Amino acid sequence: MGEISVLAVLADPVRRRLYDYVTEQPHGISRSEAAQAVGIQRTLAAFHLDRLAEAGLVDVTFRRPPGRSGPGAGRPAKLYQRAAAEYQVSMPPRDYRGAAELLADVVDMTGAEPQLQRAARSRGAAAGRAVRRQAPEAPEQPEAELVTGALSAQGYQPYRDGTDIRLRNCPFHVLASRHPPLICGMNLALVEGLLAGASVTTLTAVLDPRPLDCCVALRGPAESKTNSG
Amino acid sequence: MCDGRVTRYHLAQLNVGTARDATDSPVMAGFMAGIEPVNALADTAPGFVWRLEDGDGPGATALRPAGPDLMVNLSVWETLAALRDFVYRNGPHLDYMRRRREWFQPMPEQHLVLWWVPAGHIPSLGEALSRLELLRRNGPSPLAFTFREPYDPPAEPAAPMPARQQPARLPR
Repeated sequence: MGEISVLAVLADPVRRRLYDYVTEQPHGISRSEAAQAVGIQRTLAAFHLDRLAEAGLVDVTFRRPPGRSGPGAGRPAKLYQRAAAEYQVSMPPRDYRGAAELLADVVDMTGAEPQLQRAARSRGAAAGRAVRRQAPEAPEQPEAELVTGALSAQGYQPYRDGTDIRLRNCPFHVLASRHPPLICGMNLALVEGLLAGASVTTLTAVLDPRPLDCCVALRGPAESKTNSG
Repeated sequence: MCDGRVTRYHLAQLNVGTARDATDSPVMAGFMAGIEPVNALADTAPGFVWRLEDGDGPGATALRPAGPDLMVNLSVWETLAALRDFVYRNGPHLDYMRRRREWFQPMPEQHLVLWWVPAGHIPSLGEALSRLELLRRNGPSPLAFTFREPYDPPAEPAAPMPARQQPARLPR
């Protein structure tokens, strides 16, 4: 399936809501869970989820409910989760990824990481100040909420994990797998800048890579002291 | 390899870097302070086999096999995935790497080389430096490669084929 046809699968608004829900979850989602979250019938959810799977937008796994095995345990549940593949469409064709890879090679070669981190920090700070400016009406808004909104706008798909905020999506995934220290360092500086720009003091950005997540996490007040990194 | 058998080949890696200053200078303090905790993380990381130590400084920091400023890091891992997970997916190590320009000069040439060694073989520094030389001269190959262009381990020697049972021909 070509990239445009893949994305056309998301044109249906119900399917799009299912896609958004499933890809934001940290684990596989059953048909019933997805149906309930989006507020539709299970059979309709199953239909749309299978279209998403056929297009490669979500991956399918099978799992038996815990504690049930052997004959009589029933069929394993079909679970849907975020696919590893990514799609990018530009009309007319553009190749920013190729340009970014070349520029990253040059930063590596010349050792310009400190400059890259400085640039990323000021870009993040500008985004953080913008968020702070837009939210003067609600001075009581918790900082975590402000930050979550700002990170969502940057494509990170943040979610709460205790007092921490973790990021489901790395907006620079392909680059980050080619140049991990370079891009993860840039990412960390972007998020640090965003926090500083938004005058957020209760969260600290750290590198804490986990499978499936972005390498950056935001430590809440309780845990920031115990972290050495 | 994925079936849990003892593998016949392990992955060796050499990484070299030109320090910005002497190991006892304030410039290098952050790097030197990180050596022991980061090495301790490596020693307990899944798939770790061996790493070079010199017995004089922390880790291999006192060794200068290729010039007065060139520091080396030589280790062996069970698989490429195990090494990659430690290097790029371990928080403290990734953070250490993120800061490498504070301590090491940029290198226009390749500074990291990977190659397969028979399991149980401990690579010498001479062997390691010649692999780096090979990579720099010829680009990635099965003998000397990089994370970005990896090669599979050499093919396992073929197991002897079981003798085929010929159906007995009965004389008519």
